Amino acid sequence: MSRGDAPLGRVMAQVAMVMNLDKCIGCHTCSVTCKQTWTNRQGTEYVWFNNVETRPGQGYPRGYQDQEKWKGGWHLKHGRLVPRAGGRARRLARLFANPELPSLDDYYQPWTYDYENLISAPLGDDVPTAAPRSLIDGRPTEVTWGPNWDDDLGGGPAHLADDPVLQQMNERVRLEYEQAFMFYLPRICEHCLNPSCVAVCPSGALYKRIEDGIVLVDQDRCRGWRMCVSGCPYKKIYFNHQSGKAEKCTLCYPRIEAGQPTVCSETCVGRLRYLGVILYDADRVGAAAATEDERGLYEAQLDCFLDPEDPAVRRAAEDAGIPHDWITAARRSPVHALISTYKVALPLHPEYRTMPMVWYIPPLSPVVESLTATGHDGEDPAKLFAAIDSLRIPVEYLAGLFTAGDPAPVEAALCRLAAMRAHMRRVNLGEPQDPAIARAVGLDAPGIEAMYRLLALAKYDERYVIPTGYAARTPEDDLTQGCSLGGHGGVGMFDADAFHAPLADAPGPRHAGTSLRGRVNLLNWNGRGRPEGLFPGGGGGSR
Amino acid sequence: MGRGKAEAERIAADAAERLFAVGQSLRRAPVTPERRAVFELEQQVNDAPYRERWAHDKVVRSTHGVNCTGSCSWQVYVKDGLITWETQATDYPSAGADRPDYEPRGCPRGAAFSWYTYSPTRVKYPHARGVLLELFRDAKRRHGGDPVAAWAEVTGDPEQRRRYQSARGKGGLVRIGWEEALEIAAAAHVHTLKEYGPDRIAGFSPIPAMSMASHAVGARFHALIGAPMLSFYDWYADLPIASPQVFGDQTDVPESGDWWDAAYLMLWGSNVPVTRTPDAHWMAEARYRGQKVVVVSPDYADATKFADEWLHPHPGTDAALAMAMGHVILKECFVDRQVPYFTDYVKRFTDLPFLVALDERAADGCTPGAFVTAVDLGLAQDAAGEARRWMPVLFDRVTGGPAVPNGTLGDRWGKASEGRWNLDLGDLEPLLSLYGRPEAVTAPVLLPRFDGSAAALRRSVPALRVGGRLVTTVFDLLLAQYGVGREGLDGQWPASYEDATVPCTPAWQEEVTSVSATAAVRAAREFARTAERTRGRCMIVMGAGTNHWFHSDTIYRSFLSLLLLTGCQGVNGGGWAHYVGQEKVRPFAGWQQMATASDWVRPSRQMAGTPYWYLHTDQWRYEKHTADVLTSPTASGALAGLHTADLIAHSVRKGWMPSAPTFSANPLELGRRLHESGADPAAWLAAERDAGRLAYACENPDDPANWPRVLTVWRANLIGSSAKGNEFFLRHLLGASDNASAQEAPPASRPRDVTWREDGPRGKLDLLLALDFRMTSTTLFADLVLPAATWYEKHDLSSTDMHPYVHAFSPAIDPPWQARTDFEIFHGLATEVARLAKGRLDVAHDLVATPLQHDTPGEAPPDAATGPQFTVVERDYTAIGEKMAALGPLVDELGITVKGVTVHPRPEVARLAARCGTAAREPVRGRPLLDTDVKLCEAILALSGTTNGRLAAEGFERLAERCGADSGFTELGASVADRRVEFSDTQARPVQVGASFEWSGKESPDRRYAPFTINTEHAKPWHTLTGRQHFYLDHQWIAEYGEQLPVYRPPLGLDVLGETARGEDGGRSVTVRYLTPHSKWSIHSEYQENLLMQTLARGGPVIWISVADAESIGVADNDWIEAVNPNGVVVARAIVSHRMPPGTVFMYHVQERLVNVPKSETTGRRGGVHNALTRLLIKPTHLIGGHAQLSFAPNYYGPTGNQRDAVTVIRRRAQNVEY
Repeated sequence: MSRGDAPLGRVMAQVAMVMNLDKCIGCHTCSVTCKQTWTNRQGTEYVWFNNVETRPGQGYPRGYQDQEKWKGGWHLKHGRLVPRAGGRARRLARLFANPELPSLDDYYQPWTYDYENLISAPLGDDVPTAAPRSLIDGRPTEVTWGPNWDDDLGGGPAHLADDPVLQQMNERVRLEYEQAFMFYLPRICEHCLNPSCVAVCPSGALYKRIEDGIVLVDQDRCRGWRMCVSGCPYKKIYFNHQSGKAEKCTLCYPRIEAGQPTVCSETCVGRLRYLGVILYDADRVGAAAATEDERGLYEAQLDCFLDPEDPAVRRAAEDAGIPHDWITAARRSPVHALISTYKVALPLHPEYRTMPMVWYIPPLSPVVESLTATGHDGEDPAKLFAAIDSLRIPVEYLAGLFTAGDPAPVEAALCRLAAMRAHMRRVNLGEPQDPAIARAVGLDAPGIEAMYRLLALAKYDERYVIPTGYAARTPEDDLTQGCSLGGHGGVGMFDADAFHAPLADAPGPRHAGTSLRGRVNLLNWNGRGRPEGLFPGGGGGSR
Repeated sequence: MGRGKAEAERIAADAAERLFAVGQSLRRAPVTPERRAVFELEQQVNDAPYRERWAHDKVVRSTHGVNCTGSCSWQVYVKDGLITWETQATDYPSAGADRPDYEPRGCPRGAAFSWYTYSPTRVKYPHARGVLLELFRDAKRRHGGDPVAAWAEVTGDPEQRRRYQSARGKGGLVRIGWEEALEIAAAAHVHTLKEYGPDRIAGFSPIPAMSMASHAVGARFHALIGAPMLSFYDWYADLPIASPQVFGDQTDVPESGDWWDAAYLMLWGSNVPVTRTPDAHWMAEARYRGQKVVVVSPDYADATKFADEWLHPHPGTDAALAMAMGHVILKECFVDRQVPYFTDYVKRFTDLPFLVALDERAADGCTPGAFVTAVDLGLAQDAAGEARRWMPVLFDRVTGGPAVPNGTLGDRWGKASEGRWNLDLGDLEPLLSLYGRPEAVTAPVLLPRFDGSAAALRRSVPALRVGGRLVTTVFDLLLAQYGVGREGLDGQWPASYEDATVPCTPAWQEEVTSVSATAAVRAAREFARTAERTRGRCMIVMGAGTNHWFHSDTIYRSFLSLLLLTGCQGVNGGGWAHYVGQEKVRPFAGWQQMATASDWVRPSRQMAGTPYWYLHTDQWRYEKHTADVLTSPTASGALAGLHTADLIAHSVRKGWMPSAPTFSANPLELGRRLHESGADPAAWLAAERDAGRLAYACENPDDPANWPRVLTVWRANLIGSSAKGNEFFLRHLLGASDNASAQEAPPASRPRDVTWREDGPRGKLDLLLALDFRMTSTTLFADLVLPAATWYEKHDLSSTDMHPYVHAFSPAIDPPWQARTDFEIFHGLATEVARLAKGRLDVAHDLVATPLQHDTPGEAPPDAATGPQFTVVERDYTAIGEKMAALGPLVDELGITVKGVTVHPRPEVARLAARCGTAAREPVRGRPLLDTDVKLCEAILALSGTTNGRLAAEGFERLAERCGADSGFTELGASVADRRVEFSDTQARPVQVGASFEWSGKESPDRRYAPFTINTEHAKPWHTLTGRQHFYLDHQWIAEYGEQLPVYRPPLGLDVLGETARGEDGGRSVTVRYLTPHSKWSIHSEYQENLLMQTLARGGPVIWISVADAESIGVADNDWIEAVNPNGVVVARAIVSHRMPPGTVFMYHVQERLVNVPKSETTGRRGGVHNALTRLLIKPTHLIGGHAQLSFAPNYYGPTGNQRDAVTVIRRRAQNVEY
């Protein structure tokens, strides 16, 4: 750490994530397993805690990266960090009419189909089909926008040109066949160190857990003001229109607490997600987020992270009540290694100043083509490094995502990946190794091979190093109360909270003709109890 | 913002902050120094809802069972007795300490599967077509409650028949009870058996590996009643015909873990992230090991993201690029310089040194003819007489003359050659080329080209005169074919790589494909250099983008040549990796026994799918070209003027391909007469045919006597998915309404031998029976729809070639509503058929015709006219229910034969009897019970070498006898002999299988599976004519098509497609190539209409179109468009993308009519499925049989139902649509 000499403030631990975009195949399995597990119920039809975007593209909700429009995150005002949505006064004034709130059209109007027509259509003169219906009100609808509309460059150049990151670029990118490029960006809540959603909540319902940094909505405190939806620059807080409360990615805390990876990580077939503990100095975060130059934010955030190999850090962590297992986990943390040791992972939009904690390894491939087109050998590392700035994916685009436009850290990360490939190709082919390759990117051969091990072999127990949960307050205090799981809100207690159930008097969707009411459909099903209509009574009879 | 206002805001903000600070200071909670964060240690929060949602009652291992090669193990979560969601299992045994693992495997399609369980498209009860049900019930009443007589009346009366057939696909399904449903189905079967015969019934269920028991139980039912199963792999066009042609093997490919071993990986027409999603990580990760990745794809496909290089040839021209790469490799690694590894490899493991006769037919040059054999030259006098015609010879440098090496087909069968079927060359030193031999002459050879120039090329090869024949080596012919000249050989050779005038230079390639010549040269050099340095660790992942073409076999042979020349095949990390609907039932022997019921009766009927559909959907009536359109300029003209239907009949008569129905008479009637007379079937049938009393059904396919009558589809969606020429299925097979506008062939273009009936029949099929858990295009058109259990509601087994494991399906819940497992349904049907058979069918004798089969002595017939082989088998139709549920005696009496190796599982039968119990009643008394799905799974595992090492060891012992004691097979067998896998093992965790005689590759916990490693490491011959991998094919029909050697053939022209070039129509429409690749959002583990997938896609049918094409017809993204050609109409929305090359559109596979398909403007009827614009085109060379590796076996050799050579017109339509 460059600020190794600086006095240590409050040491905290966070479970953070790194996604290696160079391995992402854009399959969306993470989105589906997350949706199936968490948001396939009434009120959250349109909600994808995890989504995957094709880049370039407008994303979900559309154009969310345009903070001029949506006013998410923080900005510096008179040297002070202020939510872009405005100070407390302005936010209060807009409590009841918030123009910076995405509408359902910005996400998409969820739909379903008249599936029953397929089997129940009476004898007619043509093949039955299931026409689309709104999942909100049951009316016939047209599908004109969805949560993944840009997938695989769908939409054409005119549409993709509305990508806010593209628009910020100095150089115009040609969206043409021969120059085509794309990559995928899976997104969850960033569980930021400096979460603007927490800051703007008028009810104090949003909180960041002390023990692991997970940002959550207290379902009792939330009053549905939706300031958090505006405040989050990543648009990763959603409004449940049935319960009237905000919901967001929970980093699957019931799993994380049990030492298991999140559902999106567990089910990531690209094996590109890493979960691990990061120790950081909470007292440095505020100043770091207020770094004047946007391009300094990446480094500033790095400086908040503490080196778990430093005995002083470990001591301070233990003093701060962080259990030994967590400190050990921090030492083995793949996330720490990728962010701080190898410096191949970068934050998403540091310029939002929320200090995000889901970081990304930028995509290297396709890479060598620009070399080989000129007849050069892409295996020559020197040529390779020289070619990084003529990648098919413009470095400037990546910098627009990850480093507030500074190409240097992106190039450095890509060069490390390229060097790893060049080094390992020699190993693979049994050829003499060239120590200059590793040296050129600031590593040595064992270092580059350790990075290779993490990125390529990526064994399950090395991708996910998650200590089991602990209460931020030690449980000894409460032992007198008997079962340690039985306290109010404890995991052992049954809580008949009506969160999942639709509002008792919620109107069922209707449309002319048949009603969709009573249809058994996992997307409508609240996940609890036996849905009505699953096993129709004796009255079903022949149709 | 004015300054004053800004200042006011600042003051307000300061005040607010100060107020906030005061508030904070009143609290006891710690605060960060800058008051950014407060640490609340006491505050209670409510986070219970998410904890509760995550809670569940149990987690059950299962997977998805059709058509998906993923074979991913999933965990299905159950809460309150309901299936809630699924996540992937991660407990696969490790693939190795120094490489990635298989966990997790899965894709978004699989993750969305549980949606079906309670979805509104779930089939909950048996349903029947209302019109038919009414007719049937009335007729049954009239016939005193006799369901068989009722079925006979309804289907026999043209008026009633027309009424219910024309109602197909128009709604009107009604719910009925199980008892009545099974009675109707059984009555149809019994009536058809009696009236027309078992070969008028057929079963269709693809890809058994993905749910072996569900497949096997239905196939077993069909086998027991004598009905054919229709092949699917060739029908899907997923079978790479080049594989049987080159390797003598259906398809055998590396597991994805072996991609890791490759140092150079080409993804050629294979979009791995989409189509092999759970395996794609191997590619992503192998790059970090320094693997180079080249993607060849016409669009900027998902895989391109991982490429070091993207080559984008015009669709269907891939072979030109591969031929040019071959040109470079041959020139630089075989002529200018010799690479010892390559030379050694091709001499031992390919047919390159073998001698081919040059036919001196034409005045201006020879044409490559047949392999020169021992019988031609009087060699191998000690071998059995007929075997000698199947012993090709090579030229031995040591003796300076022709010699017969070990391991040719002539050594494969018969006692005389035991121990000689191996690749040990002994003292022989095969000569690769005759170039430079003192006795050599030069012979001008005519080689066809199909790249637009009609004339053949004339290039000389070195040749010898041997035994009166002018002969040369395959290698010398190959150099000529690839245009690699040598000094002193005259002819039309290219001057350099830059010479674009003749094939196969890099410059010529550039004109064909648009890929730059320098890129082609570079790829070839990198490929060869890497193979040389790594001894063959270059791999080509090839996929549907190159395999679904009419000429896919020549495309693939051009790829395989690159691999064979550089010694990459039979090497870990090298070789071909064909991943297109390929299936691998790892426990093959046991599955095959169950599915063909050959424990009770042999042989079963197996029918090639493509000719079946081609004839019975009358697509042949719309084919206006004859064989000459596609034959070579060097052809002899033997096939001139013949229609494809004529060639099918020819193939059937020769015993090359099977035919179902077989004869113009009921085979039970023929069998009865043969049984009673005791006559020799072949002679008697020939006499009947000569007397004009009997014909092959395929000679008059439209005669009502020769129609298929009953078709059962399960685990499949024939009509919505694989039915190429979909609208013709609807019109002719089903008698439903359709959207086709194609004209029938005019008289001059009609078949010569096959009877043309003036009116094409409409509605051949009496009963379409579908088993499914969801509504599909097939159930929409079916007469009976039976509610099936989903994959999460039954026991079964899954395996794949993508990974080395076998793992279980387990029921998370029992089938809800009235759904039943396929196992239950077929057992119910069999019992009902047996009941109705009493007094109607009883014991019958069935004449079964079998073609000359690969991997049997039939593939090496004597030098005489060939024909099918005939067997009369006895069928007790009253006992089929009981036989379904017990393991028959033939399995231990006759043993199990797989790929020519027979093993006798006597200990296993005893073990199964102990494990499963035995049957109590005759005629199955004492036999092990198979009366539950779990027991069927146990039998499959126990009777297979991969999951039962004792059987594997026995099979390797048999191989040792055939191949010789030095083969090392005994040791290999001993290394796996202790392996046993039981069903409960597969439920606990995926289990790795072991090496077995059933497959060509070796595998073990520390070794990834790669095909043909047994061949290269144990000198075991390939199952081909020479026993080596073939560059050269010497069948006469192959020669007519000019395809003896790899060659570039372009996509089919408009004349063959029945299209005419369209003129300008004012920019309102555009004519484009129409491709149907596999979709990201549907198949194989679920389907297009899944709501989650539609939500992530575009919500309905879409066609991807380039920016230029869209602009030319005024189409914007998401506009409704119509695609129209003579075969049908598609209505879809456009996705405009610069990812697409101009001139080509994609309509991803299996976009059905089920969701969001409006009526078309063109016909006023509902738009069609993706196959509405295709029509079947049979490549005649796929009909060859009885010729070594070019012989039929189900799903091994047969015409492909290719669909890529299609074009369509696209236009923007009115944007207000009606449903």
